[in-house]
Amino acid sequence: MLKDITIGQYFPGHSVVHRMDPRMKLILTIFYIVILFVVSNPFGFIPSVLFLAGAYMVAKIPVKMIARSIKPILPIILFTSILNLFFINGDSVIFTLGPLHMTWQGVYTAFRMALRLVLLIAGTSLMTYTTSPISLTDAIEQLLGPLKLVHFPVHELAMMMSIALRFIPTLVEETDKIMSAQKARGADMESGGLIHRAKALVPILIPLFLSACRRAEDLALAMECRCYRGGEGRTRMKQLHYSQLDFMGLLITVILLAVVIVLNLIPMPFLNWLM
Amino acid sequence: MEKKEISVSGLTFVYPADEEGMPGQVVLRGLDLTIPAGEFVAVLGHNGSGKSTLAKHFNAILQPTEGDVVVCGINTKDEDRIFDIRQQVGMVFQNPDNQIVATIVEEDVAFALENLGVPPKEIRKRVDEALKAVDMYEYREHAPHQLSGGQKQRVAIAGILAMRPEFIILDEPTAMLDPQGRKEVLRTIKELNRDFGTTVVLITHYMDEAVQADRVVVIDDGKILRDGTPKEVFTQVEMLKSVGLDVPQVTELVYELRKEGIDLPLDILTEEECYEALKKLLETTPLTTSN
Repeated sequence: MLKDITIGQYFPGHSVVHRMDPRMKLILTIFYIVILFVVSNPFGFIPSVLFLAGAYMVAKIPVKMIARSIKPILPIILFTSILNLFFINGDSVIFTLGPLHMTWQGVYTAFRMALRLVLLIAGTSLMTYTTSPISLTDAIEQLLGPLKLVHFPVHELAMMMSIALRFIPTLVEETDKIMSAQKARGADMESGGLIHRAKALVPILIPLFLSACRRAEDLALAMECRCYRGGEGRTRMKQLHYSQLDFMGLLITVILLAVVIVLNLIPMPFLNWLM
Repeated sequence: MEKKEISVSGLTFVYPADEEGMPGQVVLRGLDLTIPAGEFVAVLGHNGSGKSTLAKHFNAILQPTEGDVVVCGINTKDEDRIFDIRQQVGMVFQNPDNQIVATIVEEDVAFALENLGVPPKEIRKRVDEALKAVDMYEYREHAPHQLSGGQKQRVAIAGILAMRPEFIILDEPTAMLDPQGRKEVLRTIKELNRDFGTTVVLITHYMDEAVQADRVVVIDDGKILRDGTPKEVFTQVEMLKSVGLDVPQVTELVYELRKEGIDLPLDILTEEECYEALKKLLETTPLTTSN
């Protein structure tokens, strides 16, 4: 049962977005987040939404995947929206209920915040949907490269991440085995209250940790035998290359930023009552 | 050019005493051994005989307490050339899961070459070669956890092979595999030795694997007990049994039959040989019932 889990949320495919350089995807995602915070008037959201919708369509990621990525943060969105609805002060009051009063300004802020959060999550999810965890690790290693100058252990960090990714399925399988073994010895893991269940995890975690330590030792030895000596003087088989595709992506994103800034600058006096 | 061989002379290894007052443990006692390039050597010994410890000296994972280990003219004590040695002497371990570093088969095979700073194009070429040599080329884009034990172990072998080492040390590579996986791995090892001329040192306690080697070295209590061809070693059934080792099943059968006074050649190691010998025996001397 545990075996079926997928690592990350990678959605394999061969679309234009999938084929983009992971470094560029990472940069563009950060770029997009910045754009979302630059947007300051309601019309600025229109190109932002269109941009993301277009990207999802090109990547051939089904729309229900957006819903799936937003689901976990839905409570946060609702909570902030409700707070905004009732606690934003303004002059255009819709109704008052004791100490609470709802204003058009509040409605607008709640809507803006919710939309921004949704776009934020949908935008970053697009990156994880179209980039395998391992190429993401490569991208992070390369992009953080300059930090090596200040002795930040970039290579070590990336190596740790990729080893962690490598061992997730192995350890999941092992957890399964240990659980079966403990059940065979009469361990009860399904019944009882929260505390009882948490206690039932101890006999699973201890063997798991021990075995993970043993694996780590073996792996270290095997790595040493294969001449591993840190990031110094290391080459990579797969080189990352920026292609035309990546520059196209960059261009479109820059255009989006420009459009948003222009929309911000256009005076819109008819919206004053919302601000 | 130095002679291509691993030469071990007077090797003694003592695990240092620990802080809690446990005395140091002598694992190897003055061992001499030469492994010339091109050989297929099996090292036999029961648990705790020191065979794995010996293997770890071949590529400078452990340093001798006394004596020397020289690989292709480089002493393993030479710290500056440790990576030259490890590139010449590759090592494959028991648990295939714990020696695969990367999440994709071909990336794992490339790992050693990336560490050595080989240019990317050359890496690609060597990785493909190594994967083809172990017959795993069509799995190059799979994740390790999608493979069977035997396949994982072959990937681990490819990862070593990509370094183009002169020697491959395999430390009980089949101990954790099912019979099918054992067969695959053993076939791969034999092909490497035969087709690529790679020197293979196979550490094992499976007799039927050791039988297939050119030379068998039996280790007991940190010393070399016997060193010879499989036929020379396995005919000494009593000696092997006295150090807690088995002999191949057919050899045991022949040994017991001989004890009963039946005339069979002693140097029978494989099932085919046994079959032929028994057939010949039955044809020449028809069975007589005793009553």
